[in-house]
Amino acid sequence: MTTEFTPYASLAGGLLIGLAAVLLMLSNGRIMGATGILSGIIMPSSVAELSWKSILLMGMVSAPILLSLVFGYPAIVQVVSSTPMLVLGGLLVGIGGTLGGGCTSGHGVCGMARLSSRSIVATITFMISTTIAVYVLRHIIGL
Amino acid sequence: MRFLITYLIGLVFGTGIMISGMANPAKVLNFFDVAGSWDPSLALVMGGALLVTFFGYRWSFSRAKPLFANKFSIPTRKDLDTKLIGGSMIFGIGWALAGFCPGGALPAIGTGKIEVFIFIASLVAGIYSTKLARLSRKIAA
Repeated sequence: MTTEFTPYASLAGGLLIGLAAVLLMLSNGRIMGATGILSGIIMPSSVAELSWKSILLMGMVSAPILLSLVFGYPAIVQVVSSTPMLVLGGLLVGIGGTLGGGCTSGHGVCGMARLSSRSIVATITFMISTTIAVYVLRHIIGL
Repeated sequence: MRFLITYLIGLVFGTGIMISGMANPAKVLNFFDVAGSWDPSLALVMGGALLVTFFGYRWSFSRAKPLFANKFSIPTRKDLDTKLIGGSMIFGIGWALAGFCPGGALPAIGTGKIEVFIFIASLVAGIYSTKLARLSRKIAA
């Protein structure tokens, strides 16, 4: 499935993601990492952790609802993977993100912005890994 | 007040994810499909987010402490280990299979799409089992 190049929407979205990361650091002193946020809700180490991470998640989940109700902006979620691929993908993302200590938001945005060597290595590693895996899945296996 | 601000930050993040295309697996996978239906949009998401965070963090860290906390909680580890690299490789394979990363999928829960719930359920299982395994190793040691 081809998708249209959306430079303005993607840049604006990126700026907002960055703004949220900065505001979370400025207010709570925390890294905006999605894996860490979900992980802290599943297995919280304190009531305080559970509460701020749950509230942050509620805000995230509200976004597509408010965008569509208030602005009539349609949420575009085009899933191209089969159910087994989604299941295996979710498992591997969860295992890999936890072992690697972060994902696209935690390492790729927050860690890279701090010029953390671990985050730079992690981001380069998963970007290469994803590129190779997409190539193999689409052009060798033909899924 | 703190909770309201935290909620609004989640809303800003989710809005950024939704309009950027990060919650759209077709778009995410096309970014990586350089040999096929390549869509470079996601480079602008990453670039825009990094630009704001790079300067915004510097400004934040120039302050004595966060507004609602006693200190900035920032990872301090600098070592590169096999878990970091192996984990990131596994993460990439999962991302390629599903087209969702955690940051893209969490706001997408609000769309109510069944595929998002399937991915999130597996994601939770993956995180939970890995943390459980780590915990039991710690107890055994």
